[in-house]
Amino acid sequence: MAQKRHALKLPMIEIQQLTKVFDTRPAVDQVTFTVRPGEVLGFLGPNGAGKSTTMKMLTGFLPPTSGGARICGHEVTEDPIAAQRCIGYLPEGAPLYPDMTPASLLQFVSQARSMERAHARQRTDEVVALVGIESVMKQRIDTLSKGFKRRVGLAAAILHDPQVLILDEPTDGLDPNQKEEVRKLIRSMAQDKVIVLSTHILEEVEAVCTRAIIISEGRVLFDGTPAELRARSTTHGAVALHLAGTQADAASKALNGLAEVERVEVLAGDPDEDLVRLRAYGAGEAPLLQPITDLARNKNWDVRHLSVERGSLDEVFRTITTQTGAQK
Amino acid sequence: MSLALHNTRCVFKRELQGYFATPVAYVFLVIYLILAGVFTWYLGGLYEQDQADLTPFFSFQPWLFLALIPALAMRLWAEERHSGTIELLLTLPISPGQAVLGKFLAAWLFVGVALALTVGEWITVAWLGGPDHGVIATSYLGTLLLAGAFLAIGACLSALTRNQVVAFVLSISIGFLFILSGYPAVLEFAEAVLPEFLVGAVQQMSFLTHFNGMVRGVIDARDVVFFLSLIGVFLYANTVIIDSKKAD
Ligand SMILES: Nc1ncnc2c1ncn2[C@@H]1O[C@H](COP(=O)(O)OP(=O)(O)O)[C@@H](O)[C@H]1O
Ligand SMILES: [Mg+2]
Repeated sequence: MAQKRHALKLPMIEIQQLTKVFDTRPAVDQVTFTVRPGEVLGFLGPNGAGKSTTMKMLTGFLPPTSGGARICGHEVTEDPIAAQRCIGYLPEGAPLYPDMTPASLLQFVSQARSMERAHARQRTDEVVALVGIESVMKQRIDTLSKGFKRRVGLAAAILHDPQVLILDEPTDGLDPNQKEEVRKLIRSMAQDKVIVLSTHILEEVEAVCTRAIIISEGRVLFDGTPAELRARSTTHGAVALHLAGTQADAASKALNGLAEVERVEVLAGDPDEDLVRLRAYGAGEAPLLQPITDLARNKNWDVRHLSVERGSLDEVFRTITTQTGAQK
Repeated sequence: MSLALHNTRCVFKRELQGYFATPVAYVFLVIYLILAGVFTWYLGGLYEQDQADLTPFFSFQPWLFLALIPALAMRLWAEERHSGTIELLLTLPISPGQAVLGKFLAAWLFVGVALALTVGEWITVAWLGGPDHGVIATSYLGTLLLAGAFLAIGACLSALTRNQVVAFVLSISIGFLFILSGYPAVLEFAEAVLPEFLVGAVQQMSFLTHFNGMVRGVIDARDVVFFLSLIGVFLYANTVIIDSKKAD
């Protein structure tokens, strides 16, 4: 049935007004979204935003205060077991039984998921190779490095080839090489699954996700593609220009004279370099690059650098997540 | 139904593996066997007795279990909470009830193994003189049921906290109440302050009342039912606790 939903591109995760109140404070506040096959959803937010709490409700670990979630068509609160069968879950920090070995842990998980013995053995070989833990299969888990533990947790999550993969901070605490490996792994599984991963690393969202949701204080503040997220940056589409042997005032006055330019910012430069660094912001949607290159040619400027800014994700993230605080 | 059985067995097997993967099991076994021996032969004065039987051995079991079983049971859920593995366990397609039962049965079997290792004492009294083997057999059965009751209490209270020491202290205290309620001093006190039907109830809740019958060689269905229902009640409470507060 899960396969069929997948083929029909039916939503694999449907969240309706999901809310969790601890004591009196909502940790997750009326969160609503759906995820369809092929999507890799990056769940972004500052610490304490409610990412883990949302994931715990999706996986049937925590009951919601109100609202609900359907995984592969199964209401989580009504039939948690059916929902859990569709899900592979890596909890935050990848908790594993310390006194087990990866081999015995994977065997336990395969049995807990009622996998047939031959199938379990074949899948174990596959995922062990995929995450690269062959060398530590017989070692106690409490003696493994953080990177290996995370990979064992991932192997346990994907062992039954789940339709829905939920990963809570899968790269947290890993070194840059390990981070890249885990991202590669996630990308390689993206075609045939729905993946939701939480992170507070913005580059990660661009590197692996097709969609980003930002939550803060339990509320969804942004839902769109990583490119749309970047486009929200104030510097997105602005043109950066570095000139040699020109006065900053004169250059910015000339740029301001262009109809397409709304304002010009003079950026601090290196005093030894004698370069003027400018950033021109567009007035509307009209392209900026063409008029600015024409102007530079007319004025005979010595252009050392010219680029269209992509915008800063950090800035957007800060702006979006601090707005709510200001409103209160 | 068979799936529930499969899941319970799956948790049971993992738990049992866990006992023997750590020194906890061996330490428990050694301490239990030494203490059982010391109590029986020195404090119980088995040598000085005229008749060869294991009465001293069995009469010390409630007190041994009172201290040792909470030590064994305190980790059952508190450790899962502490290390976060409870999230791994309960997001697998296994129900809380199956997890509770699997863990309990593994612990019970483990105590059963410890008990089986005391068979040396049985052999010794058999060699010293002709004991009543029927009485010894019913005593072992009673001891196993008593252990199950202590374990169910310990498992349930271990689910309340992530702190093993708290779980340990709670289980000893509750276990102590269940033992004490059979003592004459307590019953006299109860008679003084409680209406009569409640005095009976207090006495009925006593582990000793039900245990002593079996140690005398009498298997009364009521005693067996008492222990089994007590186990059932505490395991049910354990399940409710786990189900309602998984994440704290
Ligand atoms: N079991 C709990 N009891 C009380 N408060 C909690 C509990 N779990 C999380 N919280 C609170 O809920 C908020 C969201 O937490 P969490 O979902 O872990 O955030 P994130 O994963 O985005 O960092 C935090 O303020 C946290 O303190
Ligand atoms: Mg978190």
